[in-house]
Amino acid sequence: MTRPVVLPALEVPPPSAGPSRARVVAVVGPPNSGKSTLFNRLTGLRQKVANFPGVTVEQHLGKLKIEDAVELDIIDLPGVYSLTPRSEDEQVTHDVLMGRMPGVPKPDTILLILDVTNLGRHLVLAAPILALGLPTLVVLNMADELERRGGDVEAETLAQRLGAPVALISAATGEGYDTVLQFLRGRIGVPRPMELLPTLSDLPRCREWAAKLGEAANYQAPAPPIWTRRLDGVFLHPVAGPLVFLVVVVAVFQTIFTAATPLMDLVDRAVGASGAWLGAVLPAGALRQLLVEGVWAGVGSVVVFLPQILLLFLFIGILEDSGYLARAALIADRTMAKVGLQGKSFIPLLSAYACAVPAILATRTIENKRDRIATILIAPFMTCSARLPVYTLIIAAFLPEKPLVGPFLGTRAAALLGLYLLGFLAAVGTARVLKSSVLQSERTPFVLEMPPYRRPTLRGLGLRLLDRAKVFLQRAGTVILGMSIALWVLAHVPLKDGAAPQIAESFAGTIGRVVEPVIAPLGFNWKIGIGLVSSLAAREVIVGTLGTIYGIEGDETGKSLQEALRHDLTPAGAVALLVFFAFAMQCMSTIAVVRRETGGWTWPIVQFTYMGVLAWVGAFVAFRVVTAFLA
Amino acid sequence: MPHTRHPATLLDLRKGEEAILDRIDLPADVSQRLMELGFLPGSRVAASFRAPGGGPRVYRVDGTEVALRSETAACLHLRPSPPEGTATSS
Repeated sequence: MTRPVVLPALEVPPPSAGPSRARVVAVVGPPNSGKSTLFNRLTGLRQKVANFPGVTVEQHLGKLKIEDAVELDIIDLPGVYSLTPRSEDEQVTHDVLMGRMPGVPKPDTILLILDVTNLGRHLVLAAPILALGLPTLVVLNMADELERRGGDVEAETLAQRLGAPVALISAATGEGYDTVLQFLRGRIGVPRPMELLPTLSDLPRCREWAAKLGEAANYQAPAPPIWTRRLDGVFLHPVAGPLVFLVVVVAVFQTIFTAATPLMDLVDRAVGASGAWLGAVLPAGALRQLLVEGVWAGVGSVVVFLPQILLLFLFIGILEDSGYLARAALIADRTMAKVGLQGKSFIPLLSAYACAVPAILATRTIENKRDRIATILIAPFMTCSARLPVYTLIIAAFLPEKPLVGPFLGTRAAALLGLYLLGFLAAVGTARVLKSSVLQSERTPFVLEMPPYRRPTLRGLGLRLLDRAKVFLQRAGTVILGMSIALWVLAHVPLKDGAAPQIAESFAGTIGRVVEPVIAPLGFNWKIGIGLVSSLAAREVIVGTLGTIYGIEGDETGKSLQEALRHDLTPAGAVALLVFFAFAMQCMSTIAVVRRETGGWTWPIVQFTYMGVLAWVGAFVAFRVVTAFLA
Repeated sequence: MPHTRHPATLLDLRKGEEAILDRIDLPADVSQRLMELGFLPGSRVAASFRAPGGGPRVYRVDGTEVALRSETAACLHLRPSPPEGTATSS
């Protein structure tokens, strides 16, 4: 994947000095420079995630209106230290800036964002960026932190030396942000450079050049971040560190259950009330039945889980934006090394807690092919957010809430934690087997920059949650809606004497009965069978399916979904169902992305079969053991 | 910081100790990555916290902190302890 680098090497003439207005703006910078914070401030809600064709690094594109009729396209590029295309991230940044990314307009303006508390090192990136010859604003971010920690820099002098305008800002607080807008409006001229750019390939000389510039601009490096060191003293402490890690994880799970409940009740009541209203307003007939029993009961029972999923993402967001995640990766590295994986696999695996699809895409940063395939194969074992509705529904239906460790950990949160652990153990165990057999390879170095701890911004967290809510509701509005309608229809045909049959006699019932012999040893009946078949599309579909089935059946009793479930599953069967969902690969999107990323059907078929067998065997063992235990 | 030991690689540095990096004995792509993060020959590197249970150690270099596994740290060779005061960037 290494393409020849065609960067001008030396002594590039300064770009045309006259101010001009921007059209397509690329935001470029090293990792942890606050790129996304600036991008969020620029585009706010007017952004979308896009996947560039051929590459799978997630891209954020957005719009910014700067004058009445003028709108700019803003592209947020992956964080890079250089423009030498070695990893996928660097390749994307390089290609977009060179105008070689199909479907993306060539940027005509660059915002180069650098962490001013780390100016010497970050300024190195200015050399290849300025060499592109595009109008560039050098944005020195984290000005507030620089000041607080007693550092200083003369932005004016730096601008003159560089031959590019320099803005000293804080993207988090908005200080100095106006300069960025002024620049984009074309109101800031470009000075002529006083320093020649260094030879780009020679890193030590680039660093020297950057140091010289910093000196010229009277750069005073800030004092070390005292709070980061103090916090690391706790979070990386041999005893306190792992303990804090554990407490954080437990607190997250407990809160997902307790804090989400009132919100979920609220959504539940809204869904119920709107369904009842619909039932009262519409004339009786097939359409009313389809809407109330099929769509409302099906989609509604999944939408109820939105607060819980958002809460999970809020916590992941806080952990990530605060810088704690890097420490967690550090603590986890030894475990990863033991199963033969590298630290780089940790980040994709962590994001698999949200969804396996972006996790599999994130494995592109792993250069070692065998490590990459191993990570792809184990990622779907991590408990993704689609499993959360299934888990919480079954746990809440079968396990009464009791405090285990005072108010800190209840039975339900503990059960959920156990399921997350089960998925993690399956992933780790599988990795161990793979890495000691078919996917053996040399260990590759673990290099991870530790960002200073920072306070997460409300704006960043809010946008992240909004993004997640959109994805979740989109799925509810497409996959789950479609399945609910299809299932409702299948449950009403073939007509018997002009009337709908009993579900057991319908096509849906037939499907359930066909699979029943296979799943009966796990303690599942044909209704659960229908749910399992439909959840091959996506895991949470089973909740919608059961909602629809019981919605149709519910005429006589009006049982809640939880009550209905208790009617159809024994406690042992419930445990078996949980184990089944922990292991099985019920997700079409994941299968599709594995096929694309591994370049064929071999790995997805192997993976689907392996996970399916593991799920069946695991559920069988769980059913037997729990049955014997409860007898 | 007077010490009589002669640490040969980053791995030999104890917490709080610092030394001058001499060379990186790793494949080109890895050493390039490390150099981008600040591990340039001649730069001053200080050892900091270590992950619990013998995990990677955090090193301070060029205004930032980077975690390396022991096996990687062992490939970053140090200059023989220089007399105080002469240890500036080359």
